[in-house]
Formats: sequence, C-alpha cells, structure tokens
Amino acid sequence: MVEFMAVLLIKLLVVFTVSMLIVAYATWIERKVLGHVQLRYGPMRVGWHGLLQPVADGIKSFFKEEVVPENADKSLFILAPIISITAALSLLVVIPFGDTVTIMGRTITLYLTDLDIGILFVLGLATIGSYGTILGGWSSGNKYGVFGGLRATAQMISYELSMAFAVISLVMVAGTLSLVEMVHYQADLWNIVRQPVAFIIFIVSGIAELNRTPFDMPEAESELACGYNIEYSSMKFSLFFMAEYAHMFVFGALVTTFFLGGWHGPFLPGVVWFFIKTFLVIFFCIWERSTFPRLRYDQVMKLEWKILLPAALLNVAVTGLVMIIMA
Amino acid sequence: MDEQRTLSGKYIVPLLKGLSYTLKNFFSKPVTIQYPTERRPVSKRWRGLHRLKVDDQGRLKCAACGLCAAICPSSAISLVPYEEEGGTRYPEEFVINEIRCIFCGYCQEACPKDAIELTEVYDYVDYCREDFKFDIAKLKNPEQFVFKGK
Repeated sequence: MVEFMAVLLIKLLVVFTVSMLIVAYATWIERKVLGHVQLRYGPMRVGWHGLLQPVADGIKSFFKEEVVPENADKSLFILAPIISITAALSLLVVIPFGDTVTIMGRTITLYLTDLDIGILFVLGLATIGSYGTILGGWSSGNKYGVFGGLRATAQMISYELSMAFAVISLVMVAGTLSLVEMVHYQADLWNIVRQPVAFIIFIVSGIAELNRTPFDMPEAESELACGYNIEYSSMKFSLFFMAEYAHMFVFGALVTTFFLGGWHGPFLPGVVWFFIKTFLVIFFCIWERSTFPRLRYDQVMKLEWKILLPAALLNVAVTGLVMIIMA
Repeated sequence: MDEQRTLSGKYIVPLLKGLSYTLKNFFSKPVTIQYPTERRPVSKRWRGLHRLKVDDQGRLKCAACGLCAAICPSSAISLVPYEEEGGTRYPEEFVINEIRCIFCGYCQEACPKDAIELTEVYDYVDYCREDFKFDIAKLKNPEQFVFKGK
C-alpha cells in the first residue's frame, strides 16, 4: 500500500513538473516558430537563443502589480483563472505517456490512472474549463469583459459538440472509452486511417476550443479593448495564459492518443514517440496560427453549426452503417 | 452571397497553399541582421561622421579656408582660423555640430585640400546635445565611436 502510494506520488510529481516545463517552453517554441515563419529570429537576447525568456517572463509577471477593479466580484475574480488552470491540468491524469516500463524490478505504468470512462472524463473536464472563461468575463465588472466572455463561452460550448461526435465515432470503432485501451487498439493501424473525417473535425474543433487563430475572436478582442481577460493583471493573467498553453499540450496529447497511435512506433521507446507526436501537433497549432486570418464571430458559429456538426453526425451514421454491413 | 462562398469549399486549397508557403519560410534563413554582432554592408561612398585628415607629418591638412562652412546647407560647421605671419594657416577651432549636420557630403566636395571626409561610422550616441558638437579631437578619429559591445 505504501509502495503503491509512493510510486503514485513520484509519478504525479514527474508528470506535473514535466507538463509545467512544457507549458513554459511552449511559449518559447511559439515565439521562435512564429518568428522564423515571419523570416525573423524570435527572442535571441535572454540566454542562448532566448532560452531563458520564459524565466524572464515569469519574473516579470511575479513583480507586476495586482489590480482588482472596484466593480469586480472579488471571489469570482480570483476563482476564474484557478478554475481554468485546474481543468487544464486535471486532464493530464488519464493520458498514457508510454508503454509499461520496468524500473528496478517493478513494472510501472506510464499513466497516472486508467479510468474505464477515460474519454467521458476528458470531455467533461474540458467543458468545465469554459467556466473559467465565463466567470472571468462576468466578474471583471466591465461590460466589455462580459460581452467578450459570453462570446468566448458560446464558441467553446458549440465546438465541444462536434468534438464529442468525432470522438464518439472513434469509440464506436474501438469499442472502449478507456484511453489506454484506445492506444492498445491502434497497435497495428492508426485511427487516422480508420477515421480521417473524424480526425479533421477533431483538429478543427480542438483549435476552436483552444481559442487560437483562426478562432481567436475572444482573445483578439483583448487587443481591441474587449475580452474576458481585460481586467486581469500579473499572476492571474499568467494563469489564464498558462491554462491556454496547458490546454494546447493536452490537446496535442489527446490527438496523439486518439488518432496518431499513442506511443506506438519502431525503434525508440514509447515515451519518446509520444512526445515527438505531441510536439508535431503543437507545431501544427503554431504553424496554422501564423498562416490563417482570423474568422469573424458569425463565421465561426456558421462553421460549427452548419458544417462541422452535420459532418460529424454524418460520420457517426456512416461509421455505424459500415460496422453493421461488415459484421 | 456569403453562404455560397463558405459552403462551396473553394477556400480549402488556398489555405493549404498558405500553409506550404509559411513552412517554406520556416526553413529559410531569416533576413534579420543581428546588430551589433553583424552589420549590414555599406557602400564605399557612405556618408557617415566626419573626419579631419592629417598628412604624413601628423598635421591637419585643413587650411581653415572656410569653404566647407560656407557651403554647409545647415550651418553645422564653425571655424576659427589661425595664421602666423609667414607660416601656415590652420584651424584654431573647428566644430561640427553633428546634430545639425544632414550628411549631404557638400563639405567633402567643396574642400580644396581634401582635408575633410565623411567616413562609414554611424554609431555615435550620447546623452546631451553639447557632446554632439565635435571638436578637432573627436573629428580626428571617428572610429573610436564604433560600438564594439554586444
């Protein structure tokens, strides 16, 4: 029992540390990739090729003044970024990072827990993450913040529908809701070959969930004096920011687990393949951010309700039909 | 009109072309020049800070004729000649106000003794306007101002 708790604690610490490091350095990767795509270097001065830039950003936001506006609902104001980052980080418990390894005579599984309803857990917690957005907007006491928060939340809950239907077609094919079983199911053939339409729908919906370009109307409005994080300063703003990058890392991990075969791959150990695939997805997120123009809000809604959701439903229907015919 | 454009899917191929263009850019060398470690190449006729040239005996070539001061479009040069009886004439004071200067190069063209030239040095930065009035000491060696730090 003690041994079990000790192993679990160590795994928890490792997962938490690694993901916080990845979140911090995802900002560095983003700035460098965006820079090189725009034919310039990214940060170059702070440390070798800017590697200490996240540290500098952390120190800066630590020393900034915390401002709570007078009209703000103080408890909700403080609670909103906490909800965001908690929901983002809690998704890490079900992700299988690699194959089972044997260290010092003990077999250690490289996931924190194997829930039988893993996929349902993931979808549910992702929805709770949008509470942070709406509460952040509402508690700012600023009517532009409320408006921005409402728009962001409407976008996020709409895209969760198509994301759920894309995952449902996967569940139909694999026959299991558990993520570890899903990775084992892809041992011979990746799900992207079995469900290419679901892959495209999942990627587009995921990018919309993350509020990234081309769907970053809620965030861009902050640049235009509108948006749910307009009244937030230093640490709470950094928490929102880190929640977004943590969501991006989790999104990469989920795409890898659902469609790209998890940790399967030749020669290299499973963990390495997992991280390679996750970073490819993160690179794609940054790549498409630097390429695509921003969609207007009504175009965003139209894309979801008129194109993605019918496509996802059709995909589920066709998958079911094919399964019946082939059985 | 918007409906037809969104639903026909005509924007998918341009989106993919955009992605390939940005990927090509990602693998190209950036065009940024990392000043001050790298500097951009300047032409041989680059008009930078002035230099008062000396001859092989270390005396200023300048004869304090005042042609440069006369032709300067922004009156940046002020000059006080000194002539001893039967001797050479040289400038006792020669001040170029580099803030007033427009770096046109007319003084270089006007000088009959080829005593003043515009160098490739452009690095001078300072805190107060008085220090921009270059006297003969600063004008003899403008290369001292080239920034060698990081």
